Amino acid sequence: MKKILLTLAFMLVLIMPATMLHASAQTSQSYTITGAGSTFIFPLMDTWRVQYNDLYSNINLNYQSIGSGAGIKLLEQKTVDFAASDAPLSASDQAKAPGVLTIPDSIGGITISYNLPGIDKGLKLTGPVIAQIFMGNITMWNDPAIANLNSGVNLPAQKIEIVHRADGSGTTYAFTDYLSKVYPQWKTDVGQGKVVPWPVGTGAPGNAGVANIIKTTPYACGYVELAYAYQNNMTYAFVQNADGNAFVEPTIDSVAADAAAASTNLPTADGDWSKVSIVNQPGSNSYPISTLTYIMVYKDLSQVSGESQGKTQQVVNFLNWIITNGQNYSSSLLYVPLPASIVTADQQGIAQIQFGGSTVPEFGPIASLVLAIAIVSIIAVSAKTGLRFAPKL
Amino acid sequence: METIKLKGGSPVFDKIFKIGCAIAATYVLAIIVLIVVQLTTNSYDVWAQEGISFLTGSDWNAVEGSESYGAAPYIAGTFVTAGIAMLIGVPLSIGIAMFLSELAPKFMRSILSFIVELLAAIPSIIYGLWGLFVFRNYILNWIETPLNNTLGGSVWLFSGTPFGLDIFTASIVLAIMIIPTIAAISREIMIAVPQSQREAAYMLGATKWETFKMAVIPYSKSGLIGAAILGLGRAVGETMAITLLIGNATGASAFPSSLFSPGQTLSSIIANEFPEASNGSLQMAALIGCGLILFAIAISINIVAQILVSKVLKTHQGAVLA
Repeated sequence: MKKILLTLAFMLVLIMPATMLHASAQTSQSYTITGAGSTFIFPLMDTWRVQYNDLYSNINLNYQSIGSGAGIKLLEQKTVDFAASDAPLSASDQAKAPGVLTIPDSIGGITISYNLPGIDKGLKLTGPVIAQIFMGNITMWNDPAIANLNSGVNLPAQKIEIVHRADGSGTTYAFTDYLSKVYPQWKTDVGQGKVVPWPVGTGAPGNAGVANIIKTTPYACGYVELAYAYQNNMTYAFVQNADGNAFVEPTIDSVAADAAAASTNLPTADGDWSKVSIVNQPGSNSYPISTLTYIMVYKDLSQVSGESQGKTQQVVNFLNWIITNGQNYSSSLLYVPLPASIVTADQQGIAQIQFGGSTVPEFGPIASLVLAIAIVSIIAVSAKTGLRFAPKL
Repeated sequence: METIKLKGGSPVFDKIFKIGCAIAATYVLAIIVLIVVQLTTNSYDVWAQEGISFLTGSDWNAVEGSESYGAAPYIAGTFVTAGIAMLIGVPLSIGIAMFLSELAPKFMRSILSFIVELLAAIPSIIYGLWGLFVFRNYILNWIETPLNNTLGGSVWLFSGTPFGLDIFTASIVLAIMIIPTIAAISREIMIAVPQSQREAAYMLGATKWETFKMAVIPYSKSGLIGAAILGLGRAVGETMAITLLIGNATGASAFPSSLFSPGQTLSSIIANEFPEASNGSLQMAALIGCGLILFAIAISINIVAQILVSKVLKTHQGAVLA
């Protein structure tokens, strides 16, 4: 018994310098990590900034929510440590910024929100019906195509007032991705993109703009990001899943289920993400209109201006934190936390980050060296002195 | 007794002064030239692909693979909204200026003109949000819907589906935004009309209106045109408020088909799509092309203003701009 205690004390003494070194590596110098891009992720990113700064007071995050496209521009100019984007890098962007890792950092769901006086949330819609509404083929709320899905609901004989995003947006990108997948005519007539030539409707800037117009206009219908729909107490439709056996309510869980079902088909972090889509995944509880948002970071950070070995280390630590502990802050802000399978893939991606060719271990290099020496000496000493970790039987 | 002494001036200082002023003047010119060069080179792709149809076409499709761009609806939207805003704004502004400089009791003048100048300082986003959250509902329920119900069938101007976010609302809020600017400058110009002119008119037995017509207007005509042009400049370039209120249609449906149809202006489409346009894409070139058109419009407005002012000056010899 005494020997065990002795061993433990001995281990503690030897391992302590390693942990202290590790801690000092993180607190000795202050760094500002810079990022830019998506406005969608900004509320969560800002929470991450505050929480991470609470944990490591020497690390500041400077995140500019200037839009995904503008963020990617800065990434191509190599003036930010990372960019955040709601859409993956297109093939032409990949050519302009070779060696970029794509790391999913959160998931968004998109609701079909409406304002029908007297009708609560839960109107049932299928993908093709949604596509035809937004194409202007279904113009009335009591159209048989909607009525057949909603027997028992007293649909008004009113014109559907369509509201869509006016600004280029990842929400539009994901929504039109879904419509292109479920209704081929949408793909040929309208297409998929951050801005598309809408056949009908009024455009409003931002999720907040669309949400506001729907709230104040009876018989309006539009697509709004999950968090905005919840925060504004909007009524939204339940959408038929890919399996076709249920109408799924958009919730954090049902969107996460969709993303988890998609995670097996995702490319590696350094692969081509331009065709990635997680809409309409199998599973009875998968809400079909969802999208990943990404962090984009150079595999070799030494090409970014103002970068150093130490800072690269901090970027790696920060990214590892947001995809693990950072995800705990998602739900309260109505973001969908990453499923475990995507976190694992992300970690493999982040492990590839280098500075000028040398990989950056998550643990400080000196600290791990000290730790290795400590472990070796523990083994050696315990072998020599007969110290034991377990009591002798 | 004190005297003002001039320190011995030297020709060297004079030269330095001259060079300094020349640099300051070239700076403005250089900026303008740089803007034109940047706008032209960065929008070259879209002119090369679309040619003149970028000015006359109405397609606007940014979907990869089927890209095609035409700015005609947005040029039309810019002129229509600015035009309606001027139609409403200029007479009202001149009325305000007239009241403040000629009719209002002395104690009210300074207070009211202070308030007018305060209005001119309100940022456009405030007007835009007010329009979106407050004004839109009034205009929809009290003006657009009744007009559409009674005249919508017969007068094309009032046809369409009233939604509250359209050319009409945008133009009215634009008018509200340019009124303080035009009114404040017009008032300054009217105040600068020498008192002797007014006294002369009164001496002939003129009424207040006649005095205004005979003495004040001819004297301040060129200044008033200048004030209106300044307002027009603000109306053409206004972005934030318009983006929130105009309905942001794209493509052929953005052509202003009636007062109650959603539209789009050159500046609002840039504000909407620029942040998410990918670098070096044709969409980016098209948006910069819109900027070039807007720049050309601004220059033409200023040239027309110069011509107008000089013409007015010629016809009223002796009338000096304040």
